[in-house]
Parts: sequence; structure tokens; C-alpha cells
Amino acid sequence: MNAHHDVSRRALLTGGLATGFLLAFHLPLRAANEPEQKDVTDGKFAPNAFIRIDETGRTVLMMPQVEMGQGTYTSISAVLAEELDADWSKVEVQHAPPNDKLYGNPTFGLQVTGNSNSIRAWWTPLRKAGATARAMLVQAASSQWGVEPSSCKASKGEVAHEASGRKLGYGELAHAAQGQTPPKDVAVKDPKDFVLIGQPLKRLDTPDKVNGKALYGIDAILPDMKIAAIANCPVFGGKVGKVDDSAAMRVTGVRKVVVLDDAVAVIGDHMWAAKKGLEALKIAWNEGPNAAITTKDIWQNLREASAKAGVVAKSTGDIAKALASGDRFEAAYELPFLAHASMEPVNATVRVTKDSCEIWTGTQIMTRVQSEAAKAAGLPVDKVIVNQHLLGGGFGRKLEPDMVVAAVRIAKQVDYPVKVIWTREEDIQHDVYRPVYRDQITASLADGKVSGWKYKVAGSAVLARWLPPAFQKGIDIDAIDAAVDAPYDFANFHVEYVRAEPLSVPTGFWRGVGPNNNVFAVECAMDELARKAGKDPIEFRRAMLTKNPRMLAVLNQVAEKSGWGEKLPPRVGRGVCVQPSFASFIATVVEAEIDDIGEIVLRRVTSVVDTGIAVNPDTVKAQIEGGLIFGLTAALYGEITIDKGRVQQSNFHDYRMMRINETPKIDVTVVKSGEAPGGIGEAGVNAGPPALRNAILAASGVALRRLPIDRTLLAVGKKA
Amino acid sequence: MATKLTINGETKSFDAPPDMPLLWVLRDILGMTGTKFGCGIAQCGACTVHVDGKAVRSCVLPVSAVENRAITTIEHIGSTPAGSKVQKAWLEAEVIQCGYCQSGQIMSAAALLASTPKPDDADIDAAMAGNICRCGTYVRIREAIKLAANGRQS
Repeated sequence: MNAHHDVSRRALLTGGLATGFLLAFHLPLRAANEPEQKDVTDGKFAPNAFIRIDETGRTVLMMPQVEMGQGTYTSISAVLAEELDADWSKVEVQHAPPNDKLYGNPTFGLQVTGNSNSIRAWWTPLRKAGATARAMLVQAASSQWGVEPSSCKASKGEVAHEASGRKLGYGELAHAAQGQTPPKDVAVKDPKDFVLIGQPLKRLDTPDKVNGKALYGIDAILPDMKIAAIANCPVFGGKVGKVDDSAAMRVTGVRKVVVLDDAVAVIGDHMWAAKKGLEALKIAWNEGPNAAITTKDIWQNLREASAKAGVVAKSTGDIAKALASGDRFEAAYELPFLAHASMEPVNATVRVTKDSCEIWTGTQIMTRVQSEAAKAAGLPVDKVIVNQHLLGGGFGRKLEPDMVVAAVRIAKQVDYPVKVIWTREEDIQHDVYRPVYRDQITASLADGKVSGWKYKVAGSAVLARWLPPAFQKGIDIDAIDAAVDAPYDFANFHVEYVRAEPLSVPTGFWRGVGPNNNVFAVECAMDELARKAGKDPIEFRRAMLTKNPRMLAVLNQVAEKSGWGEKLPPRVGRGVCVQPSFASFIATVVEAEIDDIGEIVLRRVTSVVDTGIAVNPDTVKAQIEGGLIFGLTAALYGEITIDKGRVQQSNFHDYRMMRINETPKIDVTVVKSGEAPGGIGEAGVNAGPPALRNAILAASGVALRRLPIDRTLLAVGKKA
Repeated sequence: MATKLTINGETKSFDAPPDMPLLWVLRDILGMTGTKFGCGIAQCGACTVHVDGKAVRSCVLPVSAVENRAITTIEHIGSTPAGSKVQKAWLEAEVIQCGYCQSGQIMSAAALLASTPKPDDADIDAAMAGNICRCGTYVRIREAIKLAANGRQS
């Protein structure tokens, strides 16, 4: 850890200890104004990077993972506080500063929030951190009392010696505990003794979200700050040619026009001036080699690529032999580009001086933002301060540093802080998109079961760009994640991957990640195979889940809760989806109606979830509810198309979101389990599209093989 | 010439172009960041405020159109009876995820309850369909509005 991190971290910590929880989210701004403060550990208990207890007993927990709505601040705090035996009412959270060594996600070795793994990755390290701190507090009390540590018990922020009735609060013990030697290998609790984990604790971040106090990146305000609106070259890879800024400079409130090689920004006193200034600019773009690309070209390339043999990711049994006999089935499933469209449009606030760069933003990748900003600013990494804010949605968009890099390049040209806000149009048209995928499944049926299963995934290798060391032997382990990890008992099983990067369009992680394409293809194919075998879709699946008891159990429960098999009116159907994604086991039934012109009405969604130990069962429920809506939105409406090298959609009128009036009743059951916690933030997204598509198949007999849903295929009298 | 607005019961005076939307006046001139920018074309509702008690989209509302009108924002909605009920119900039902759209959701819900104290599902759909939530909290928004209307929150 370098010196500058230290200063930044101390500033954050000390500031936080001096304020209450409600103020903690305001802290990044304050910390920036008070860079030098005394060491946090003076008179306080700081056993590790995650826990700070002061003399009053105030317990500050440092959050290595970012809060973007998924509830992780509350869940991570519950895990730490559980093993610490903290007084939950005294717990405050603070965002950790950028520091991979202290706060790097154990799965990635980087400070990354993604892949639904905050709890999975931190479960053991945080329990140990909490238990170690508790042991030190108990040691401090027992030595003060001259008794055996084993005769003392910690609970709700106090250590008690039951035999003598003596008690000391954690605040009273803070100083003495700091002097204790941490135990080498501390025992964590038996789950039966949990008092916080497993409870639907109220979220710590929401009280400030009902009154406008919560601060997102876009809410940063600094003295002398100006606002910038940006226009990126509309064609991917294109450059700025000529800019005529004469009209823009006449707009009241416009201060400066900044011309970069691939974007132009207008800086103004406020966003209105910046936006009007941008509209008044005359920009001639050098559109470059991608200026003629269309969606059709992209799909033609992908289809050609997917016809080639892929790299074998997994193969068991004798697939060639299995496919040579039995009843053969072949299908290809195609998924479109998708934008993230988080409600908080992409933004970053930056102040660059000749020897420093300070950033205010909400990001899923703090350390990468720091290092990329350093490169853009031409400064050493230790001269870059990143102030993390709440995220107004992440969904993978904020796993990219591009908005910060652009803001640094703009801020370098002025001597005041600049908040660069992307209009919704820029946000939609300059995303890193969920890749187009083409998934081919060839299967054979024998005795009513799948006897051979060959699945070829073709699509972008996001990992090859985003985390190159994870891209090995030509296989993107994200793109095939739930393809190789199929829940079913397939004797002859073969998965291949073809890397196919779309022409010109940048691709990235999108909530649900790789399993979005896998779960869709697998569950669509399973329904078609069930029909071919003349079986009920759930019965057909059950017969191949005998070795997967957790999957089978949630499937059986969802069948019961959804009223599976009960009679439905004409053009109403139920569809099922099972998925073992992110180490969670989820079964979902969607009930939908198709009207005469092919429009879809969602009637009801039922999900049963086994995510192992649910740290906060209400958060698990909320994530599945929200994830289902996110996925169903994509199935109903989501598609980014390209013409003349440009994204054709621009805002919510043509890149539609599901709204409350379209939202069905959603019933989520979280199963009690003692298994290790699974991931949950993305999983619901995977479930909606295949379950809806299978409901449409049941209602209409039409086997859709592309998303979004093409209503013209579903109107009365139409055949797919 | 200075523009005068009445916001949350206080008079605010400032310089702004007459066509400047109220949203940017609130955020960039007055530093009131509770009202959010989402789309700029009245499609998402993140910027919802009350003008004379009615829910409106401030991103397309020129500041010149709201002089001499009573403007209420999320920062102050808790001091109205309907707003306070909505805030409590929102926390009770644990509606919120990322929270970015929720200023607007709460403003729309508070206006609904002020005019329709016992809304049914159709009333809720009509009042809330203009507010997008990307986290997908709609199920709980509906539940919380009913909770606020029925006064059952603890």
C-alpha cells in the first residue's frame, strides 16, 4: 500500500467515525476537502481492514463491495457483525477506498463488484475477520478481569463474564483490544447460532433514499465546478473531423468547447447550457471504416462463425455415437445486443491539477478506474483519488472505466472541476453491449430422455478483453458458464465455444452475464425436446434431475406453487425454467397470455430459490423479483440495432422498459438451506426469458428462437 | 433578470435562461440533487416534482412556466401527510434497491395518495406507469402504495 492510499483511507475512516451512519454517504465529498487527518487507530480498535470500533462503541464496517441496489452493504455488514457479535444498531457502513491488496475481491484479485459473488467471495474472509476481532475483544476483557477467555461470552457489542456478572462494552474495550495479539486460526460460528445472518434485516442504505439525501456519482457538487455534456463519435471507432463551435460559444452559460480525438464536450455553468451548446455545435466526423455496418452484417458474420467447429469446453461420453441414433433435434437460438440503461446515466466528476487527479463517481471497479484515470491524466497511480458514491444501477455498465477516462481527458483541459454527464441518448448509444449470441443445440432422444446433447455457443469473449488472464485456450468461461454446468443428467454431453466478435460494436458484461445465453438456449431446447418426446415439460425435466436434488426440489415446489397442470383459458400458457446459475438453484414458472395481435400479457410469475444460506432472505427475494423484471423486459422489448455503423435506439421511447402496469404478480419463495451461500443478483435475469418463451410455446405452439419476442409470429393465424 | 420560484415554501431567486428546465435549475443552480435526471424527455419520471400538488416531469418544464407556482421536491415531501406516509411505507415494504428512480416514484405516489386516498390497482397503474424502475421494484411499489393508503405500516 502506498502512502497516498493511506492518506485517502485515513481521511475516509476518520471522517466517518466522526459522523453518523446517515452522513456516511456524504463522506466522499467531505473527505476530499479534508485530505489530511490523524490516524484512525488512535484510541480505536482496528483489528483488520474491515472493522473500526471507537471508544463509544460505534462500529464502522468498511465495504469492499459497492452498493448498486443489490443490498450488499447490508448483507456484508450482517456477515461481519454476526461473527463480531456487534450491536447491529451501532453499525455504520463506509465505502472502502481503492486498494486491491486490502479490499480486492478474493475471486478476481481486484476490487470488483460483479458476477453475483460479493457474498460468495467474501463469506469466509469476512466471517474470519469478524471472529478474529471478537476473539481480541474477549481476550481484552478476560485479561482485565483475570479470567479465562473461555469463561466469557460476547453478544450485541458486549463481553460478559457470566460467573461474576461483569460486562464491558466493545467501546470500553476498544483500546485494550487493539493491543491484543490476533489469534492465528479463529473458529467461526456454527450456523445454528446465527442471530443476524438469515434475518430479513432492514437495509442500511435505504432511509436516505426516500428523502433525496443519498448521493450518487451524478450528485457530486464541488466549489467552482462546471458541467459538461459529451458527444461521442456516433460511429464506433470514428474520430472527430472538424468542429465549428461559433454558435455553441454564443449559448448563454457555455464556457468552453473541448475537442478530443473521438468526442467533443461542451462545458457550461449548468447541464442546460452544456446540452444546448452541444446541440449548437457543427461537428464533421471522420466516421472511419465502420460507417456502413448494419445489424444484418453482424448477424451474417455471427452465423458464419457459428457454423465452424468450436473449441471443446467439455465432453463426456460418446457424443458422435449418441447423436447418430435416437430421435434427433436441432435448433439455433439467437440473442440481440442489449444496452444497460441504468437509471443514473453514465457520469463522472473530475478535478485535474498538474500533480493530482481526483474523481467522484459510482463504479464497480474502483482500482481499475484509478489506474486508467492515472494513465489518462499522465500521473502516477498514487496521485489519483477515487471517491466512491452509491450507484444508480450498475448492471455491468460500471465495470468499465470509459466514462471516467473521458472525464479526465476533458478535465485536463480546464483548471476547475468538471462533472461530465452523458445524456440518455449518449448512454444508450455508447454503451458496451450485451453481446449477440448464437447458440446451437443438437440433441437426440431415446426412451423419453435426452441421450446426446451437443451445445455450441458462438459469441463475443468479453473476458478476453476485460480480464485477459482468465481467457485460456480460446474459451470464454463466462459465455459457456451455464452451458458446461447444465443441471441435467446427460450421459453424452459436449460443449463447444466459438469466439465471434461482432463487427465494430463493443461488448461487455450485462446483468445475468454468460448464463443469460446459456439458460435461454438450454431451457428453450428442453421444452422443445419435451414436446418431441410427448411429455409434460416439468415431468420431462424431472426424469433428468435425479442426480441434482437441490434443483429437483425447487422444481417440485414451483410446480406446486404455480398451479402447474391446472387448466388455463385458450392462448394462455405456463412455461418453466430451471437454472443452476451462480451456485444458486432456481425454478421459475411464467404464466402469460397472448392476445389476437400477438401482444403478451404477463399474468403471474412464480420462483422458488435455493441459494444456500440466505444472508438476508428479503434481499434475496427482492433481487429475484427485480431480476425477473430485468430479464422479462429484455425478452419483451430489448434489442439494440445498428445501421450506418450507429446505434439506432436512443432513449426510453425506443429502448423500452417494462413499466408497473405491465408487471405481473410475482411470488418468490426462498428455501431454507444450510448450504454455502450462492449468488443472487443476476440469477433472476436468466429465468424470465426462457420461462416466458416456454409459456408462449405452451399457449400458441410457436417455438420462438430469437429474442426479443416477435409479436408478428404470434398473431392469430400466424405460423413461425 | 432574476427568476423567482417558490420551492418547498421558500422563495429562491437566481439567474437562469427562461427555457431552462426546472430539473437543471434545481440540480445545477440550487444544488438540490434529490430530483434526478433520467431521460430528459419525460419518459422515465426520475425528475418528478410537484407543481401545485400535481406530479410533473421537471426535465421538460421550462422554469418560466412555474413562476408563482408552489413547487415541492423530494427533499420536502416528507412534510406533507401523503408524502410522509409514502416514505414510511417505502421503508416498511423495503421497496428500494439502487434508489435512483425512487425520488420520482415517491413524488408520483404522494401525488396519487393526496388526490386518491384509497387507490385501486388501476389508479396505481395510471399514476405510476410514467415512472421507470430499472431495478424492477414495481411489485413492492404497488404493495407500499396500498400500505400507505391503508395506514397499516408499523
